[in-house]
Amino acid sequence: MGFRCSLKIKRQEKPGAAPYWQTFSSEAGGEATVAAALREINDRTPLTDLDGGRAMPISWECACLQRKCGACAMRVNGAPRLACSAFLSEFPGGEIVLEPLGKFPVISDLTVDRSVIFERMKQARLWLEEKAYLSGRRHEVSYQSARCLMCGCCLEVCPNFGAAEDFGGALLSVNAYRTLEQSSGGGHKKEMSEAYRKLYFSGCGGSLACHQICPLELPVEELLLRSNAVAVWGR
Amino acid sequence: MSARAIVVGSGLAGLFAALEAAEQGVPAALISVRPSERAQSVMAEGGINAALGEDDSTENHYNDTMAAGRFLADPNAVCKLTAAAPGIVRRLLDLGVLFNMRGHDEPELRYFGGQKIKRTVFAQSGSGKQIMSAVIQEARKYEARGLITRYDRHAFAGLAVGDNGCTGCSIRKAYSGEMTYLHGSVIIAAGGMHGLFGGTTGSLDNSGAVTAALFRTGVPLANGEFIQYHPTTAAMPGKRLLISEAARGEGGRLFVLRDGKPYYFMEDRYPELGNLSPRDVISREMWSLGEQVYLDLTGLPDEVFRARLSDTLDDCLTHLRIDPRQNPIPVAPGVHYFMGGIFVDENHRTAFPGLYAAGECCCQYHGANRLGGNSLLGAIFGGIAAAHSALADGPQAIGGEYLPPDTEQSAEDRIATQTIVRDALGIARDRAELENGIATLEGLPGSMPLLARAIMTGALERRESRGAHLRTDYLEQNDTGFRKTTVVSYDGGTISARFENIPERR
Repeated sequence: MGFRCSLKIKRQEKPGAAPYWQTFSSEAGGEATVAAALREINDRTPLTDLDGGRAMPISWECACLQRKCGACAMRVNGAPRLACSAFLSEFPGGEIVLEPLGKFPVISDLTVDRSVIFERMKQARLWLEEKAYLSGRRHEVSYQSARCLMCGCCLEVCPNFGAAEDFGGALLSVNAYRTLEQSSGGGHKKEMSEAYRKLYFSGCGGSLACHQICPLELPVEELLLRSNAVAVWGR
Repeated sequence: MSARAIVVGSGLAGLFAALEAAEQGVPAALISVRPSERAQSVMAEGGINAALGEDDSTENHYNDTMAAGRFLADPNAVCKLTAAAPGIVRRLLDLGVLFNMRGHDEPELRYFGGQKIKRTVFAQSGSGKQIMSAVIQEARKYEARGLITRYDRHAFAGLAVGDNGCTGCSIRKAYSGEMTYLHGSVIIAAGGMHGLFGGTTGSLDNSGAVTAALFRTGVPLANGEFIQYHPTTAAMPGKRLLISEAARGEGGRLFVLRDGKPYYFMEDRYPELGNLSPRDVISREMWSLGEQVYLDLTGLPDEVFRARLSDTLDDCLTHLRIDPRQNPIPVAPGVHYFMGGIFVDENHRTAFPGLYAAGECCCQYHGANRLGGNSLLGAIFGGIAAAHSALADGPQAIGGEYLPPDTEQSAEDRIATQTIVRDALGIARDRAELENGIATLEGLPGSMPLLARAIMTGALERRESRGAHLRTDYLEQNDTGFRKTTVVSYDGGTISARFENIPERR
């Protein structure tokens, strides 16, 4: 009944501290997620690792546990995932390697500082200055745009994010669509479009890495194309 | 720091409190450990109530809310809430929320629990997320203008208390522990007390720790014993998964097996509202049946799953590995919402001048049982009302004493507290269980066990059954003794409960 696996975790006490690896065993069932396994480990008293040595609680972010909040993004066996929807049964070998997202500064263990995401949204001036223009036409695509969790998985796989100084990545373009579409025009829309070209369009190298990685399976490609169409080509 | 509104919690209630201040030109500090995108508000699914139907009125909405709450809510507060609801929905549309629409301008309405007519505005089954995305965007505008300042990765630490009330609060940076001391009116919007139980449908961040710290400081609580067990939740590792009431609003049916055949017990026993009876009624019925209950969505058209229940379908496929289009979902009641909390008046003032509370952390609007679709509404309206009161009162003079923060509970003590709470505060309670719970908690240190004792004290003193509070030793509702608000206070040594009269409707 128990599904044995080990979680090998890249740990780092605080910014600037030396990282190290620590492995924990988990008896959580195969139906369990990485998030459930991490919670079970942190609930142990005393908390010991695989070798029986004392361990500090693992720092990681988690809130909803059901893929609605984006808090628990991390690298699971190398790929950016949400821990709440990475199931242990997906990893038949039983060894699961957890690392913090690599594109953001580590705060502690698997917790990273993603504040740059929200700064870029502000720089992109993504808001409305007038009442939203609701055209039924683009309802479903706009709905998908507003579902973005801001988890950062799409930025993790992007070769341009972090390289170019102020590139906002797919996340910015995905979010921009609804706002651009609902903006009825005028000065602010122009401002948003200019910011979009600077913060997204000019920095995208077209690697397409972001298209398949979204944990919600948002239609990323469609949203990027549509945002480009509005902000860059004025359609 | 200069005079301002300090908002603790950046979910829906906190965002609207900050927006209300910012729109009036008063700077707001928005305190939260995680960004708004991670708040429990994004998990809300079914929708938001507003009397927008041709056959509806705000008075009908008022009547349904009061009846579902077993006449324990403040009628004047509820009256304002339901009157404001249509305007709030229009404002959300102006902010760009993508509700399901009929025609160009009017949002579509769906059936929801405890209401005979369609009154719930919805965005598929991701209403909370869609609303939050638009409101976060609006807050961003004021952040860029310097009127809202976010203190991300900061947690509430302690109140500053002067001679005349609350003068501000201290906040602590997560991970580094660095303290910041703020002066201004304090609006608490820190969410429900889910951490008392663990394994609820809610967010792990809604621990109840802020409410616990305030209670220890002397801020009274109200109606804490009214804890909503949502009838349709399903087991998943580490928590209960909510299957939105929208699933029944769209035609889902509850059954148990009788001789191998489905028996639709709600339809048989409650023919008037059936599967859409108020949540307390259904959960109590399921508890008394004591059998495995199933939620049957197999008869719903694909189009309903696609355009109206997309998140529900996704949740079932991902987390339960059940395709609800093919198979019924095994469900059981699970802790979902806290009707009680910080005691506030109809304008969201707490017993401490200068301190306000809104959203699920406070006791307002829902009485003994919340009507589905009223939580998003209560969070928005409450946030606005709390900020409105704070701005009208103005901040207290500088000079309070900053009280020391609580120490964080160890995992061992948290698990011990949660085990005791779950045992004593199930759907059905009795005197022996509650007294035992209170006695066992006395051995545990810190504010969370103290908060748990407060809730149990209210549950013990309320010797009747009403709404979500079912006492097996007092099965009848007793209006003479208990159609009142439970107020529980702490004076630094003793927890005491009293029952206050509910205001008359003006």
